[in-house]
Parts: sequence; C-alpha cells; structure tokens
Amino acid sequence: MSASTKQEQPTTKKFGKGERVIPHPSQKASKYYPAEDIAQPKKSRKALRPFKPRPSLQPGAVLILLAGRFRGKRVVLLKVLDQGVLLVTGPFKVNGVPLRRVNSRYVIATSTRVNLGGIDSKVVEKVGGKEYFARDKKNKKQGEDAFFKQGDKPEKKEVSSSRVQDQKAVDKTLIGNLKKEPFLLSYLASSFSLRKGDKPHEMVF
Amino acid sequence: MGDAEITTSQWRLVEVGRIVLFSYGPYSGRLAAIVEIIDHKRVLVDGPSDSPDQAVPRHSAPLANVSLTPLIIPKTPRAIGNGPLRTAWQKEEVEKKWAESNWAQSRERSKKRRALTDFERFKVMRMRKQARFEEKKALAKVKASA
Repeated sequence: MSASTKQEQPTTKKFGKGERVIPHPSQKASKYYPAEDIAQPKKSRKALRPFKPRPSLQPGAVLILLAGRFRGKRVVLLKVLDQGVLLVTGPFKVNGVPLRRVNSRYVIATSTRVNLGGIDSKVVEKVGGKEYFARDKKNKKQGEDAFFKQGDKPEKKEVSSSRVQDQKAVDKTLIGNLKKEPFLLSYLASSFSLRKGDKPHEMVF
Repeated sequence: MGDAEITTSQWRLVEVGRIVLFSYGPYSGRLAAIVEIIDHKRVLVDGPSDSPDQAVPRHSAPLANVSLTPLIIPKTPRAIGNGPLRTAWQKEEVEKKWAESNWAQSRERSKKRRALTDFERFKVMRMRKQARFEEKKALAKVKASA
C-alpha cells in the first residue's frame, strides 16, 4: 500500500525561482463529465430492530402451529430464541413433535400455560444454542459407487442418539407436570382445526 | 256444509303488552314491553328494568331490531305510562320468567361458550362426549330390557 501512496503523492517542480506542486496524474480532475450518470444507491431508511416477542409468547405457553410439517399440532413453548425463532417440544411422546425451532409468526399462542418446573435448563440451553440444529456437511463428491446406488432405496436417516437423549430428558419431566392437570395430555395430543361456523378472528385462544 | 272450526292463531302477535328482545342496536340483548303500535314497522317500547344496564328508555323502535318473545303483560292499556308499566312488569315477574326460559338460557350459554379459551373448548367437547356416551349406554339398557 505504501508503494501506491508514494506514487500518488504530488511532486514539486521548480520553475526558475518559483516552485509548484503538481498532483499525480491519477489525482487530476477529469477533463470530461461522464457520458452516463452513475446510479446512486438508495439510502435505506429502515432500521434493524432487535426481535421483541409478543407478550403472549411466554415459556410454558401452549402454541398452535400453523405451518410446516406439524401444522395444527398443539405444542409447548420451551424458550424464545432470537430473530423470531421459538424452541418448542410436542412432547414427542404425546403428539410426535420433537424438539424443534419454529417461526413465531406462524404460531397461535393460547392462554393455556404449562408448568415447566424441573426441566433441566442446561439441556434447553444446549438445544437452543446455535450449533445444535446446524446441518451436517455432506460429502460433495460422490464416487462411482454412489452413482450406481442411485436406483436403490435411499438409506433411512438415523436420529443421533444424543438428540434422542435430549428429547427424553426434556419430555420426561414435562409429561410428569402435564399429567397433573386433567385433559391436558389429550389436549396436546389432539390437533387444532376449524369446524363449521368457527370464526378464527372472533375466537379466544 | 260442514262446521268450520275457527281457532285463534298461535303466532306471537305485535300487541300492546308484548315483551320484545332487542337483537340489534344500542339496546341489543335487553327486554322491553310494547306500549303502543305506531305503524306496521315501528312500535313504542319501554323497558322499566331496575338495573340500568338492562333498562330500555321509552322510545320508538323499528320492529326489525326486535324479536317477539312468548312473554306478555296481559291487559296492558294502550300508551301506559312508565310508572304503572314498572309495577305491572314487577308483578308479572317478566325478568324472572325470561331468565328461566330456554331462549334466555341458550343465549347465556352461547355467550359463555364464545368467551372460552382453546383448552376450555376442548374440555367442553370431551365432557359432552362423555355425557353422550352415558346417555347412549342408559338408552341401550332400557331398550334391551323392554
């Protein structure tokens, strides 16, 4: 960098008695206007605001999922992560929803609250961490064997045992808490749907 | 020619003394008595209830905003004043009779059901299922013994 700046430094020239500074050719003002206007990028007036969850999204709230593979399921909110993501669990044994991240926009929060007492906060912290749900990197290059195996049945994805253990650790205490309230377990096992005459905008959740 | 049987109709009539239920407007859900019939579309009503949130001031109301109940204050003179209507209202126990009626109770129930949360709705559904099951069991028993 120093070399280039040295080159661009103005030189001084002597004319008889006088002396004047001559800028480097690259620093000289252009003789011409550009033939075409250079587009100025628009300034964005939007500010990036940190995610602020709705007041109804308290840990322990029962949520109704509205989109995705588990739409219609009623699940328990474990933790509010950043950027509008929620950590939920079915529990898995009750309705098949595993520990999962969910977009808070595609969720109805009900006023039902579940006692989360006794759940290992370390496990929840770990599952809510950044790396936990990160995808494993696939081997990009596929060899000749893989090419010839294409016709065969794809191998079934195995759930890693550590995840199974985390799921069990969270769900065991949670199900114990849920059992204390009558109907709550079967409520979570049932899924939500609109019937005839149901007006979701007038319903209380 | 045979004898013609002539009986009065069983319809509810727009008549002086008829109790009406407001179904629309600022007094919807409140009771009032018809005091005078103005024309085929409007009546003068007065609801002299003691509780201010159930009372209806004396005014002309369109019949379209109102449903006729089976209740009636018999022998009400036309254009009866507010005071005498109040005594007749209390003597006839209009509000008590209304509260006991199926109509009022189902209105009350649907109002309550509308305010239920998701979990409470689920519990109502399960309870009704259980009740229905017991009912059917009892009915089957009776049928089997008969």
